Amino acid sequence: MATKKMAIIATKGTLDMAYPPFILASTAAALGYEVQVFFTFYGLQLLRKDLSSVMISPLANPAMPMPVPMPVMVQMLPGMESMATMMMKQKLKKHGVASLQELRDLCLEADVKFIACQMTVDLFEFDKSEFIDNIEYGGAATFMGFAGDTDICLFV
Amino acid sequence: MNFDKELNARGMSCPLPIVKTKKALVDMSSGQVLKVISTDTGSLKDMAAFAEQTGNPLLSTVEESGEYIFYVQKK
Repeated sequence: MATKKMAIIATKGTLDMAYPPFILASTAAALGYEVQVFFTFYGLQLLRKDLSSVMISPLANPAMPMPVPMPVMVQMLPGMESMATMMMKQKLKKHGVASLQELRDLCLEADVKFIACQMTVDLFEFDKSEFIDNIEYGGAATFMGFAGDTDICLFV
Repeated sequence: MNFDKELNARGMSCPLPIVKTKKALVDMSSGQVLKVISTDTGSLKDMAAFAEQTGNPLLSTVEESGEYIFYVQKK
C-alpha cells in the first residue's frame, strides 16, 4: 500500500490556532502518513526557536471560554493578553495537553517536513536565524508539488 | 495478558497517547505486545483507530477504575 500523505497550510500564529496543525501533523505521522506543513504569514511565528511569544488574546475572540464574563473594554487593558495566555497555558498543562514546543519536537522527530513561506519571510523581514534549523524555504509552487498528491490537505 | 513493554500515558491528552504509542512500538520487534495505560477518554476510540490504520492489532481493551488499558501487538 502506498504511503498516505497529508499537507497542512498553517497561517495563524496565536496559541489557540497553533495547536491544530501540530496535533494533526504529529498524529498523522504516527499513523504512518508522510506529512508536510507549509507555514505562511502569521503561521511563521510557529517556527521560531523561542515559542514564548506565541500568545492568545480574548479580544475579538468571543468564543473563547472565560472564567468570568469580561467586557471588551476590559479585554483591551494592558497585560490582558499576557494574563489570558498564562491562564490558557496553565489550563493546557493541567489537562495533560502537550506544550507547543513538545508537539513541534514530536513532529520533527517523526520526520514531518516544515516549509517556511519565503515570500512572507521577506515581506516581514524575518531573520532566518530566529527560526529552527532543518526547515526548508519555498513558495506556493513548492507546496503544490507535494499537496497535489496528498490524501488530506488542510488550511488552518 | 502478557506484554513485553509498558507505556504509562496517564494524564496525557490527545494526541500524546497515540504519538507515544507509535514511538514505543518503533523499538519493539514483530509480535511483541505493548501495554498502554491511559486516562484519556478519547484514547478509547483513538487507539482502535490507530490500530486499524497502522495494522498493529489491538488485542484487548480493558477499562478499570477510570483507566484504559490497551494491549497493542506490533505487526
